[in-house]
Amino acid sequence: MTKSYADLLREARAAIREVNPAEAERLRAEGVTFVDVRETPEWEGGHIPGARHVSRSYLEQQIEAAVPDRDAPVVLYCAGGIRSLFSAQAMEQLGYTNVASMSGGFQGWKSAGLPWTTPVVLSKEQQQRYSRHLLIPEVGSAGQARLLESKVLLIGAGGLGSPSALYLAAAGVGMIGIVDFDVVDVSNLQRQIIHTTDRVGQKKVESARTSIAALNPDVTVVAHEEMLVGDNVERIIAGYDVILDGTDTFETRYLLNDAAVAAGIPVVHASVFRFEGQLTTFIPYEGPCYRCLYPTPPPPELAPGCSVAGVLGVVPGIMGLLQANEVLKVLLGIGTTLAGRLLIFDALEAEFTELKLRRDPACPVCSDGARAARERGEVPELASFPADAPFVLGGAGFGAAVRGTPEARS
Amino acid sequence: MSTVFIPAVLRPAVGGVKSLALDGATVGELVNALIGLHPGLGGQLLTPDGELNRFVNVYVNGQDVRYLDGLATPVGERDEVRLLPAMAGG
Repeated sequence: MTKSYADLLREARAAIREVNPAEAERLRAEGVTFVDVRETPEWEGGHIPGARHVSRSYLEQQIEAAVPDRDAPVVLYCAGGIRSLFSAQAMEQLGYTNVASMSGGFQGWKSAGLPWTTPVVLSKEQQQRYSRHLLIPEVGSAGQARLLESKVLLIGAGGLGSPSALYLAAAGVGMIGIVDFDVVDVSNLQRQIIHTTDRVGQKKVESARTSIAALNPDVTVVAHEEMLVGDNVERIIAGYDVILDGTDTFETRYLLNDAAVAAGIPVVHASVFRFEGQLTTFIPYEGPCYRCLYPTPPPPELAPGCSVAGVLGVVPGIMGLLQANEVLKVLLGIGTTLAGRLLIFDALEAEFTELKLRRDPACPVCSDGARAARERGEVPELASFPADAPFVLGGAGFGAAVRGTPEARS
Repeated sequence: MSTVFIPAVLRPAVGGVKSLALDGATVGELVNALIGLHPGLGGQLLTPDGELNRFVNVYVNGQDVRYLDGLATPVGERDEVRLLPAMAGG
């Protein structure tokens, strides 16, 4: 027997539980998942805060990724409450057990004076450029918008900074600051892939800017053409969301650590030697800092840099991309960072090993005591550092607050 | 026998091997056994007072011995001990 639209609607109403906007709002406050099944232009015009967007036309294909738990309570809504009814039927066919449809839809929601929000809308070009990100539920347009508003500082445009800069730029990180005072040398090109043969002799920050501009015009590059030292570190790092440590000296690593902890900025750290690399993420007060991991650096003969010891070009490439991965997770607030874990990589064995790191309760920079003193506005006393603690940044984070944007300070 | 993993920067001092199987009931006994075989490592691993140098981290099964019992940390058969100094390169 042929069915009419009215028949189908009647069957859907009989089969699916409906909730009105006021009931739906109560469920939302309890943390129930909301799925907006309207088409993209409708979603972009405004939606219920926290809702996930899976348009009716892609429902069967995408709902399992958006709502993996088939027994989780879910409220579906559309514009007026019809498409969400049919969508709920489709979800029941997929085995979802607790799906309700919101009667009256988004129109009814707005008429009831309930809260709604407008998503950041990406341009047509951005939707194409970042389409592979937009397809991932954990990123989506909200995550992409977040990346576009993010500011990441790279310490060094060398072996680690080159691959990470390119991938972070490609990912649409809106502002990339680069601290480097060096010029491109032909011996850099074996691994520092952001630079090119015809730019040998150019400043690295300018060479990096050229490559990034060619890759993604959405990215603003802020060039800090200076050596990171005690006098400028607080000024340079202020305002950035995450710092990627790709430096090659211990002095810079310790100064950066002290200033970043004081400023509360996460640092994604990596270092390399020949066929090996180390990687971790320092999130102030959540995990250890660089001084907790290495209270003091080894003597020079135990820790030669790449220019002395050499390095297989792909090793900083691999470690730099793992750093970029950590940066993206921190910016997007997804996944589990390496805070409290040191990942070591051995290229010859193709082996990763994970070691457990801890906050040093006596750390002069990030211990609870040091934090409390910092919050009282006190300068840490040099006496609180062990006698062999290197490169102490005097008064780290306790001077006048540095204001202004990274751009204004470059 | 425990396996002691040698970082690349120290391998020239142990004949180029990546790891050694050594006898010892504690981290200190293993370190001393290692130095006994390869005296050149002594100054790099231990201070003149016989303490672990603070620039070399030692992990037993992935745990930093500074937060266990230092050189007195017990080591069992088949445990993995890893020496790890900081790296400079970037």
